[in-house]
Amino acid sequence: MSDDERADGGRRPATYDQARWTRGDEYEPLLSEKHGERVEVDGPLPDDLTRDELELPGPSEPELARHYTRLSQMNYGVESGPYPLGSCTMKYNPKFTEDVAALPSAAVHPDRVDERAQGILAAMARLQDYLGRIGGMGAVSLQPPAGAAGEFTGILVARAYHEHRGDERSEIVVPDTAHGTNFASAAMAGYDVVELPSGEDGRVDLDALEAAVSEETAALMLTNPNTLGLFERDIEEIAHVVHDAGGLLYYDGANLNALLGQARPGDMGFDVMHFNLHKTFATPHGGGGPGAGPVGVREELAEFLPTPHVREREARSASDGASGERSDPRAGGGEYEFYEPEHTVGKVHGFHGNWLVLVKALAYIARLGDEGLADASAKAVLNANYLASQIDYEVPHGPFHHEFVASAGDQDAAAVAKRMLDYGVHPPTTKWPEIVDEALMTEPTEVENKQTLDDLAAAFDAARRDDDETLESAPNRTTVRRIDQASAARNPRLSWQALDEE
Amino acid sequence: MSFDVPDDLRYLESHEWVRVDDGTARIGITDFAQDELGDIVFVELPEVGDEVTQEEDFGVIESIKAVSDLYAPVSGEVLDHNEDLFDEPELVNDDPFGEGWMLEVELSDEGELDDLLGPEAYDDQIE
Repeated sequence: MSDDERADGGRRPATYDQARWTRGDEYEPLLSEKHGERVEVDGPLPDDLTRDELELPGPSEPELARHYTRLSQMNYGVESGPYPLGSCTMKYNPKFTEDVAALPSAAVHPDRVDERAQGILAAMARLQDYLGRIGGMGAVSLQPPAGAAGEFTGILVARAYHEHRGDERSEIVVPDTAHGTNFASAAMAGYDVVELPSGEDGRVDLDALEAAVSEETAALMLTNPNTLGLFERDIEEIAHVVHDAGGLLYYDGANLNALLGQARPGDMGFDVMHFNLHKTFATPHGGGGPGAGPVGVREELAEFLPTPHVREREARSASDGASGERSDPRAGGGEYEFYEPEHTVGKVHGFHGNWLVLVKALAYIARLGDEGLADASAKAVLNANYLASQIDYEVPHGPFHHEFVASAGDQDAAAVAKRMLDYGVHPPTTKWPEIVDEALMTEPTEVENKQTLDDLAAAFDAARRDDDETLESAPNRTTVRRIDQASAARNPRLSWQALDEE
Repeated sequence: MSFDVPDDLRYLESHEWVRVDDGTARIGITDFAQDELGDIVFVELPEVGDEVTQEEDFGVIESIKAVSDLYAPVSGEVLDHNEDLFDEPELVNDDPFGEGWMLEVELSDEGELDDLLGPEAYDDQIE
């Protein structure tokens, strides 16, 4: 009796398992395997550059519609349920920001002269101003196309600052709990990385900092609250130590969602910072797509920012470091203009950065306003603290702000995460930072209500009660089951064509 | 959990081992290190003829969890590297002190061995 037949002779019905049907052990075939159609290729190009024939899928329109709908259902996003991926600030992206970016008037050719793009320049200046006020920074560049690109740009600015003073420095100090991008940005900018060990309380250890900082220190890269969600209480002392050595203090905007309207990096003594618009200001998380990582600097460093930079003509002052030459001689009038900062680090991206991402962040900031932004931060902190209070896993470090790091204890954090998928929620970030054993780094953001947080806590606790065998076989309710990560890394198959090679 | 710490080896704090036989030093990573790293997926080693220096990095090891530098327990010229690891990095997990070896180095200064940990001291370190 075949697998497709039942004891009563009837055919076994297909079961729709999440997004893809299965019949016995058989899975719904890939689109490319359905109704293939061989098409002969005959074109004007030389034979050695073309294929003779091509296998194309030929499903009917309803089959195709179902295929793509199911693919969309196989995904899990913040629009499917809670997404407490720690340090990533996976907040919901309100749809009105997409509407604003889709306005025909938002689509402007980047080569259009200043005077004919005054609305865009005004919007950019307004966003620069908002971000500057949020961060306590004197000037902001919108050009870097991602958070890591912002870090790299910020470090380039720090390097240009030191070099301009004839002060060659070779090291950047980075805490051991920092994001991997900090190490990478420093190394890409040509610096040696000095790793700063955390104190036992999970914060910067001032003695260790004193030992790490020297006249070779170009900057200390720090995020506050830090990766454990802890506020660096000694931040003024830290700034003092770094500045005394002639170094700059760099703020990684990864955790800015805890500070909006509450505290400002600039007031803490930070000299340079980047903003992750996709985290704090609700633009889409890239997945490789266009992003934006604006960089803020204190006034004294404005002359090193990437070019071009937007300014209000009237507001031009002697201290902004401008050369006074307009970037386009044809531009005659208008309130706003592009200019080249006097000692600019150059361009870090084409034209003016990813404008349509910037405009979404501007729309979000403008809609929330000062009160709304401060409220978002307060709720982000409240939500993290409420969720932590409702789960059985231990949270060794506190008091924390917008995120916390629980410990899975004797359980494997990665297995716990996979099991949480079975309970219908996205799991936290796992196994990082390493200062907490089997870390479950959790950031629910301000968007979740109490019911969702309770459901999330129930998922944590259910996974905590599961035995190792259950955890090791998870997930069982997702379209894609446990992935063999080791084989995937040892024998990567990076295109569908490679499927035929086995 | 207890890990293998063979008596006839000497160790670096960063979890590399060295076995000296007639002036030739064979180098690898410890049982503890492979367990901490998890499934090894890639190993990058220096070429034969390259020089390695004690306590400086000589290569890179990548697992599904992390990428780490490998540090040389002793200095000297590389006589051989374990090519099997390029296709079967899992040998480091399966047999870290045997088939998972990484380098053979011509020991340039026997005195360097005194700077390394003995089995007992290393065992204490990983406890």
